[in-house]
Amino acid sequence: MKQFETVIGLEVHVELATKTKIFCSCSTEFGGAPNSHTCPVCTGMPGSLPVLNKQVLEYAAAVGLATNCTITKNCKFDRKNYFYPDNPQNYQISQLYLPICRNGAIEIETENGKKKIGIHEIHMEEDAGKLIHDEWGESSLVDFNRSGVPLIEIVSEPDMRSADEVIAYLEKLRLIIQYLGASDCKLQEGSMRADVNLSVREAGASEFGTRTEMKNLNSFKAIRRAIEGETERQIDLIESGKAVVQETRRWDDAKEYSYAMRSKEDAQDYRYFPEPDLTPIVIDDAWLEEIRKRQPELRTEKMERYQKEFQIPAYDAEILTSNKRLADFFEETTALCGSPKKVSNWLMVETMRLLKENNLEPEQIPFSPENLAKLIGLTEAKAINSTVAKEVFEEIFAKDIDPEAYVEEHGLKTISDDNALRETIKKVIAENPQSVQDYQSGKKKAIGFLVGQTMKAMQGKADPGSVNAILTELLQ
Amino acid sequence: MSLMSLTAVALGEKIKAKEVSAAEAAKEALEAVSKREEQIHSFVTVDEERVLERAAQVQKGIAEGKYTGILAGVPVAVKDNLCTEGMLTTCSSKILENFVPTYTAEAVVNLENAGAVIIGKTNMDEFAMGSTTETSAFGVTRNPWNTDFVPGGSSGGSCAAVAAEECSFALGSDTGGSIRQPSSFCGVTGMKPTYGTVSRYGLIAYGSSLDQIGPVAKDVTDCAAVLECIASHDRKDSTSIQREDYDFTSALVDDVKGMRIGIPRDYFGEGLDGEVQEAVMAAAKELEKKGAVVEEFDLSLTEYAIPAYYVIACAEASSNLARFDGVKYGYRTKEYNGLHNMYKKTRSEGFGAEVKRRIMLGSFVLSSGYYDAYYLKALRTKALIKQAFDQAFSKYDIILGPAAPTTAPRLGESLSDPIKMYLGDIYTISVNLAGLPGISLPCGVDSKGLPVGLQLIGNCFEEKKLFRAAYAYEQTREYRHCPVTER
Repeated sequence: MKQFETVIGLEVHVELATKTKIFCSCSTEFGGAPNSHTCPVCTGMPGSLPVLNKQVLEYAAAVGLATNCTITKNCKFDRKNYFYPDNPQNYQISQLYLPICRNGAIEIETENGKKKIGIHEIHMEEDAGKLIHDEWGESSLVDFNRSGVPLIEIVSEPDMRSADEVIAYLEKLRLIIQYLGASDCKLQEGSMRADVNLSVREAGASEFGTRTEMKNLNSFKAIRRAIEGETERQIDLIESGKAVVQETRRWDDAKEYSYAMRSKEDAQDYRYFPEPDLTPIVIDDAWLEEIRKRQPELRTEKMERYQKEFQIPAYDAEILTSNKRLADFFEETTALCGSPKKVSNWLMVETMRLLKENNLEPEQIPFSPENLAKLIGLTEAKAINSTVAKEVFEEIFAKDIDPEAYVEEHGLKTISDDNALRETIKKVIAENPQSVQDYQSGKKKAIGFLVGQTMKAMQGKADPGSVNAILTELLQ
Repeated sequence: MSLMSLTAVALGEKIKAKEVSAAEAAKEALEAVSKREEQIHSFVTVDEERVLERAAQVQKGIAEGKYTGILAGVPVAVKDNLCTEGMLTTCSSKILENFVPTYTAEAVVNLENAGAVIIGKTNMDEFAMGSTTETSAFGVTRNPWNTDFVPGGSSGGSCAAVAAEECSFALGSDTGGSIRQPSSFCGVTGMKPTYGTVSRYGLIAYGSSLDQIGPVAKDVTDCAAVLECIASHDRKDSTSIQREDYDFTSALVDDVKGMRIGIPRDYFGEGLDGEVQEAVMAAAKELEKKGAVVEEFDLSLTEYAIPAYYVIACAEASSNLARFDGVKYGYRTKEYNGLHNMYKKTRSEGFGAEVKRRIMLGSFVLSSGYYDAYYLKALRTKALIKQAFDQAFSKYDIILGPAAPTTAPRLGESLSDPIKMYLGDIYTISVNLAGLPGISLPCGVDSKGLPVGLQLIGNCFEEKKLFRAAYAYEQTREYRHCPVTER
């Protein structure tokens, strides 16, 4: 049987986190009554003119710098002409001839090691409105709130060979952009959208096969399934002697199958030409240097700093910096309680576990750094033991409760009254002569049982360390 | 004598001196409109009630000291491709027959802030595409000098309204000569400023990189005063430029001693009417008599201006006019079957023949495979034409020539032969391609009794030289009121 190789390139659209739209001063806020964030410019009224939001240029250049691109010093916008009702002018202002960034690359890491993925270009453009189809009537309605929201499109080189590499590339890209604050990059909400260009060829072939473009991929899982499904479909076609048709396909994640949307033959001629309403952009070195200086700490630097500044292991630093929100959360909590390793543990173990169980992303951590810091404070003061702490943490995660108040209310505080503890321990010793004998005859492990019995008698509200110390003392 | 026979500045002075009120001026304008519209048809929309209300308001503003400028209370006509909030703005097209903008064009806002009173919206070639005002969906405008002839275009309504004294002055727009050519045909003074001087915000675009709004008036002084009012740096228009010299009226000095004036030989070749040539050369003589240094030179590339213009303007227009699709505003076909059929029927029924021709031409030159051969080549030609002008302006302060090869043609003569009509733009078009300021002013009448226009062209941002030369020439002759105003 022939061996096939999959060749993948991505087109990633990212919605930039500007407060206002790319060519007018309307709000980019998500939601809002239909057409409440609109003006003559973003609804394509006759006579209106676009004015570039400088923040868009800054974000695009920042992403370009962070992905090792060359910034086009003389760039400009072009018009992409096509008719569709969500596109009020029937042209989209985009960049074809001189995009802002070109020739970049980022490094990804998979099980197979490290690899560079080339970035062909990054260009700026405007988003379209949204069509709402009236299910009962025969009409469709248009909401232009999203019309004119700024996007960048990041076009990779066809450098990826597997779903793993694609996911690694997307995760890396997302992290970079999140760290820059240029976008929140939420796939589900559409602030990051990826189209997959995929072809297969016989292993070792030097020519690319015919590619298809896959759209409607709303999650990493969908992307993985789509890549696997499309690879299989194309190989089946080739093996049965049929040709792959160059076309755009829509992935249906529920059915795990893609459908042809349009072939190359029906591909539209977009009649691109330079946008006459916007003057060419001339980027000077001083401005670019300023953007470079303002670049926030990216992941690699942050990982190094965490190990140095907070004395946490490399492993912890890697996990904590894998997500910008997680890293921020770590720093905020550490600043409050001063115990970085403890914060790291809570985030890496319990927080991650509960996020996963609840199907949440780190962006959605449902509690405040204040309450986690208080919880860590309670454990450090030995006011509660670790078992109780875990219980309390579940409450924090569920309802963001104040752990101090909660522990007080529910009487979960460790009983630090030495006498009461001594009395209980004496009772436990008296009730378990066999274990006492085992311990005294050298089976030191037997003390574990006695500690357990004591904790049980204390209803868990004792500090295991103190129990251990008193037991050792009394058994001598 | 009607107040409308006065220049805008003269009327403005009378209003300032409280000799007449804004309301009286508005009433006289409306009277002239009702008397002459049947013959001339300069306007698409005149809302009498609104005009009188506004005039009263302005008069109050003048009394309160809110309006102190020279244009306060002066009636103005506005070309119907400039958006006016709450007032029909049609571009003389069926596709916008019911379009009422939600905002006002920046140039018009500037006029309103100065207290000018808008009499109405003037007729034009549909979407400013044409040279005769015959492509309007709402009927032709006739030349006030002789109603068998066209007023020129596309700002034919604005120029006819000024000539017929239905208003004191008007605003037009000029993409390839649309102010200067009809000004020449109607015996009025019209000027196109340097690209970027007047904000295009609210001007319904035809060829965005060439469009510029400008004044149409009875004389050079009015043009300078109106430009002083409408020119501004507008942050809503990225192509708008901040200038240091908005005091254009300060250039109105009768002195051209030592001014170097170049006459391009290219403008006096085949196709130029003998009577027009004679009148223009006589005007050059007058300037020479006043001490200007006049000489002939070769501008070159003139023959490439028309093809380059039609490629660039139509390419931009094909995209600019895409938004008129029946979805959001304007005309929508009555019956249709699905989205694409709605688009097709709406645009087929909504646009006239000349607009469709230019949309098709523009779509073609931008199509893949043709872009380099046509559009890119046209852009390069544009750059070369600009260079030719740069070279000329290193030697001359002003370039002098005719505004059009002939006086106004008869109604119905032009549309049957579009190529001939396009060739009529030969002297005006390269000015737009190079972004230069140009002015057209009357310099005589031909044997048919139709006005001849003299065109002066300046270097970018040198409107003041233009105004000075035009003003000096204007002092050598009397303003001729057109015959219709005597009836």
